[in-house]
Amino acid sequence: MIELNHYLIVSAALFSLGMICVLIRKNAVHVLMGIELILNAANLNLVAFSRFSAANLNGQLFAIFVIVIAAAETAVALAIVLSMYRLLKSVNLDRADTLKG
Amino acid sequence: MNPLIVQDLTRFFPELAISVAFLLVIIVDIAFPKEMGKRILFTTTFLGLIASFVLTIPLFGIGAQSMFFGMIALDRMAVFFKGFLILTSLLVLLAAPGSKELSSRHLGEFYALLLGVTLGMLLLVSATDLLMLFLSLEMVSLSSYIMVGYLRNDRQSNEASLKYLLFGAVSTGSMLYGITLLYGITGTTKMAAIRDFISVEGFPAGNSLILLVSTVLILAGFGFKTAAVPFHFWCPDAYEGAPTPVTAFLSVAPKAAGFGALIRFFQTSMTQSSGSPSQWVAISSINWPMLILILSVLTMTFGNIAALRQENMKRLLAYSSIAHAGYILMGAAVSNSQGMQSMLVYLITYLFMNLGAFLIVIEVFNRTGSFSLKDYRGFFRRAPFIAITMTIFMLSLMGIPPFAGFFGKLYVFAAAVKGNLAWFAVIGALNSVISVYYYARVIKTMIIDGNQDAGMIKVSRTGQAMIWLMLLPTAGLALFWGPIHEITASSIQLFLGN
Repeated sequence: MIELNHYLIVSAALFSLGMICVLIRKNAVHVLMGIELILNAANLNLVAFSRFSAANLNGQLFAIFVIVIAAAETAVALAIVLSMYRLLKSVNLDRADTLKG
Repeated sequence: MNPLIVQDLTRFFPELAISVAFLLVIIVDIAFPKEMGKRILFTTTFLGLIASFVLTIPLFGIGAQSMFFGMIALDRMAVFFKGFLILTSLLVLLAAPGSKELSSRHLGEFYALLLGVTLGMLLLVSATDLLMLFLSLEMVSLSSYIMVGYLRNDRQSNEASLKYLLFGAVSTGSMLYGITLLYGITGTTKMAAIRDFISVEGFPAGNSLILLVSTVLILAGFGFKTAAVPFHFWCPDAYEGAPTPVTAFLSVAPKAAGFGALIRFFQTSMTQSSGSPSQWVAISSINWPMLILILSVLTMTFGNIAALRQENMKRLLAYSSIAHAGYILMGAAVSNSQGMQSMLVYLITYLFMNLGAFLIVIEVFNRTGSFSLKDYRGFFRRAPFIAITMTIFMLSLMGIPPFAGFFGKLYVFAAAVKGNLAWFAVIGALNSVISVYYYARVIKTMIIDGNQDAGMIKVSRTGQAMIWLMLLPTAGLALFWGPIHEITASSIQLFLGN
């Protein structure tokens, strides 16, 4: 039988993997994927809590909004990464080093 | 239509005015030819913000109430922040076309984004539901990422916006994860209902660790918005790379909105609110004032120390704004009405002196094309007006009486001492002493250091008018102290029901 804890373990793992991906990846697109993992971990949490412990649908509603926000965020992020590529011919974050101090 | 919604809509006019202006700006931008559109765009934005400000004022008198089925609240605290934020957007709007970085570009989207951020901030400071809080936070963040990267072909602007975006997305993602945990243990997303759930006797029952984790994660989101250490890494880079009017805007408005949301969240969902505001106590299952206090001390100390060795004015002011966020957080940590009042007073004083300093940076860049501190040498002879006014803003940022900054610091430290946090007030005072060094360095560079081979620098008429607009409140706020004390004191009213 799959219970709340199983969902929470998967979501915690997703969150950690996303965080690790953000911290160690050098490619901007990979970092964006990590951010998606973090948001989806939260979504999984919301839906699982809504189903098992909260006894209301607020969580599932919340998850739908989060999906929309994630899409908007990715659109903005990709636009910025694209303009970085146009300027630098690269999406490596190590190349973004003009601002320091 | 549900009559409740109609009733709520009549109290939603400030937001509606901005939404209308936002749509008009987009339409005008497409419909009119460029040269003619320029004027109309500016006027539309200006009128929209003015209308919104005028419509906000009467709401101050209405009693605290919930709107749109508990999604947002209308109380004096929200109205105060709305007025403050609209005023900030208005001042930035007036300054923006005068900046050389922006004036050469097409500004239609800039005005639309400015209105979008303002709308997001108005919702952010009144959100009483975690869903609304998250949505409005993202609305503010997404628009400001684009504003930072507005100079598309400029490498620094692009890099700044990329860094801002990556840090922002991770922080708000963490905050979202914290919100889901809070939803999991309480089963609701309404702040007041969360408080009712976690303040009952014997609540923790094994959940105290989850509560701590979720509070820290949520604090990461607020910390990002207010640029508090250790969530500040984006701040100096984003401030340096962004067009200067945007930097000025980011250093005041979203920061203030972040503080507004922070006090609303913690005072509503993590404070037992029996009796009058002065008797509010943090719920026993989590010691959140201590968390904010630690954040505050870290923020002001780091901000001040890092500012000491900055050679770029925008970076220096970025670190200085981090330090100021630390002082304001101290007011939030003193979780009573006096602490909250000190935050509001500090924000008012900070608005004028900080925007004033940035206006001068804009003016100097227009003439010399440089942000570096060494190009400010000899200003006492080359541009006496700039040298003298900048000195006043710097003295105010230091906290020297009789300028405005002194009163902000006075309120915060007095609230800390009265709230039994005298040691932290001492740390704050020591920090102000450190800050004197780098502000005084700016003054010294302008007044004492000479620069032989440079001619006079002329300030444009509008630039001068804008600087005067900031200078008068900074220098003369002491004369109007009574009304400001009263307005901030009566703004301490939060809607705490369901």
